[in-house]
Amino acid sequence: MGLAIQGGRLIDPANSVDGKKDIFVSDDGFVVAVGKKPDDFEISRTIDATGKVVCPGLVDLRARMREPGLEYKATIESEARAAVTAGITTLCCPPDTDPVIDTPAMAQMIQHRAWRFELAFIHPLGALTRGLKGELLTDMEALDEAGCVGFTNALQPIKDTLVMRRAMEYAASFDLTVFLHSEDPWLHGNGCVHEGEVGTRLGLPGIPEAAETVGVARDLALIEQTGVQAHFCQLSSSRAADMVAEARSRGLLVTADVTAHHLHLTEHDIGFFNTQCHVLPPLRSSRDREALRQALKSGVASAVCSDHQPHEPDAKLAPFSDSAPGISGLETLLPLTLKLVEEKVLSLSDAIASITCQPADILGIDTGHLGIDATADICIFDPESWWSLSEEKIVSRGLNTPFLGWEFCGRVTHTLVGGQVVFESENGSKT
Amino acid sequence: MTKDLQFDSHGLLHHFLTIEGLGRQTLLQILDTAESFVSVGEREIKKVPLLRGKTVVNLFFESSTRTRTTFEIAAKRLSADVINIDTTVSAAIKGESLLDTIRNLEAMHTDLFVVRHSKSGAAYLVAQHVPPHVRIINAGDGSHAHPTQAMLDMFTIRRYKGSFENLKVAIVGDILHSRVARSQTHALTTLGVPEVRVIAPRTLLPTAVERLGVHPYTDMRAGLEGVDVIIMLRLQRERMRGARIPSEQEFFNLYGLTADKLRLANKDAIVMHPGPMNRGLEIDSSVADGPQSVILPQVTNGIAVRMAVMAIIMGGKAKQEKSEQSSIRRRA
Repeated sequence: MGLAIQGGRLIDPANSVDGKKDIFVSDDGFVVAVGKKPDDFEISRTIDATGKVVCPGLVDLRARMREPGLEYKATIESEARAAVTAGITTLCCPPDTDPVIDTPAMAQMIQHRAWRFELAFIHPLGALTRGLKGELLTDMEALDEAGCVGFTNALQPIKDTLVMRRAMEYAASFDLTVFLHSEDPWLHGNGCVHEGEVGTRLGLPGIPEAAETVGVARDLALIEQTGVQAHFCQLSSSRAADMVAEARSRGLLVTADVTAHHLHLTEHDIGFFNTQCHVLPPLRSSRDREALRQALKSGVASAVCSDHQPHEPDAKLAPFSDSAPGISGLETLLPLTLKLVEEKVLSLSDAIASITCQPADILGIDTGHLGIDATADICIFDPESWWSLSEEKIVSRGLNTPFLGWEFCGRVTHTLVGGQVVFESENGSKT
Repeated sequence: MTKDLQFDSHGLLHHFLTIEGLGRQTLLQILDTAESFVSVGEREIKKVPLLRGKTVVNLFFESSTRTRTTFEIAAKRLSADVINIDTTVSAAIKGESLLDTIRNLEAMHTDLFVVRHSKSGAAYLVAQHVPPHVRIINAGDGSHAHPTQAMLDMFTIRRYKGSFENLKVAIVGDILHSRVARSQTHALTTLGVPEVRVIAPRTLLPTAVERLGVHPYTDMRAGLEGVDVIIMLRLQRERMRGARIPSEQEFFNLYGLTADKLRLANKDAIVMHPGPMNRGLEIDSSVADGPQSVILPQVTNGIAVRMAVMAIIMGGKAKQEKSEQSSIRRRA
């Protein structure tokens, strides 16, 4: 007994599959066959995917659920629902909740709450230092046992270089991955935009490119010294991407991601103080955006993430520097990544890899592929369906996006998590 | 969210938020209208009825003496009812948001807000969220813009220099944090000044300053060579903490305007300062009070220019007024 998805174009980059292939899912939620139906497989439900793309469910390296602590912005339930609407089946949640994810109890609580809704899988990232204060290490091994897939200090800097060295050494002792938002806090200062043309024009305090390159340089030196498995989050500048490329060419095992919005927007999108474009790290120049696209193409950055940060409307109704940074990005992750295909930056298969198997590899978790026996986390989308983003279409509690009014090609019709259909669009195919 | 916010659907100036995006004709209209208002201040009865029955609220979230006073005088000379609201006595310090403050005042049927705020973009934010009949004048937002100051400076320059086409203008001091310098730069380049120089150490210059269409100098002596107008900016002492300048003495030695340095400029160069001045820090008293200084006329001109801006954006009968006041006076 099981589910058959028939007639679609199956794109499963991890298994180098791209072609018209049916896929068969067992009742207990695993892929049992690809291509030909096994003789003993009894179909209880069929999804007609004719004209659609069938791919692994999306893996988002960084999405804030705002729970616990900031439930007035969003909740695990609201954001998990938004995620599956957008084809995302696995999310990583950074530890900057309130309280911080720096104890096994917190890590377990978040997973328990997420399981209750039977929507997307939510994996916590543990805090690298207690309370993200950059002073004392957390019980990383216990947090790892409790389900944390990596460790990060999120956007809080670890100013003390010695603490960072110890954190990396300790993580390296247990083969844990550290996720770095490398930035020099002194150069960041009170900045809120890229230090460049737009910041100059608008009189907004800038964050220089050097804030990122100095941070990346320090962290690369420590990675090399400690041998830790490290991942650079949301590179924003051309030079930082070059530094990571150079380190990789020397054989250092570092990975990197970019956010979907940094691949499409530049400082100029701020226009006259559009607070929806207030993000950290800041949107930089068009040269930087081009370099980030190249970094993704060359594999220096192997994942695109949403860096989802839902906010209540008031958070953006303030003078630019007082507005809260961040974009509600879950529902534009797939559309913006597909736009890179439209703009001939990536092939469709490479684009899908950057939001499925490649982020899964960074996390070291067994998802993002559809081989035999894989968990049936599946996204089905119509690659020819045009739509434009409007507030009414947003499922997330956060309506804060600079992409309202953008035209996108490609719309999710079905999302399966563990073989269960958790999202099905109204005009999707019938059973 | 575009610069079009400044114009209504008929292409008329609706809010006055920044000089950026305004055309030469609009700027000249403001200057010409201001000329017509100069004489109002010289009459015994210093009032015209253009804004009679209108309510103007001066909403200052950042302290100011001269700007607020000249706005108040300007509005009163136009016969408007004027309310001054200072943050020190308002709800802003009790945690009420900027927009809530505006909404409350708007509920009292205000026609025009003159807004000053310490954060760049505050006036834009307000303009986006007021109903269509309410007008906003930006009286300074963070380091972004101070368009009426720039216009009164243009007015002063035109009065003394006649036109803009052959001038070299130097702006000296803390360019980085200066909303005045940004607005002046847009105004000067729009009005056709061929060479605008900015003079400051690199720590007080924005990174991409050349993109504003100006020539940066770190050597004040080289930068003053042959200029017709020198605009000194106020050095805010709190900037010292950010290690942007080593000491007041060093700054004065390198970038203070002294009689000695003034001699490098053209003989008939004028010296301007938006105030308030730090005597002995950015300008020597002998220059501030000297024959080339036009610092006090700037203040006087501020009233006529602010009357002009208010009259224009309130759709006032500025043109009729202008023909009534045919006596356009120009000195120099």
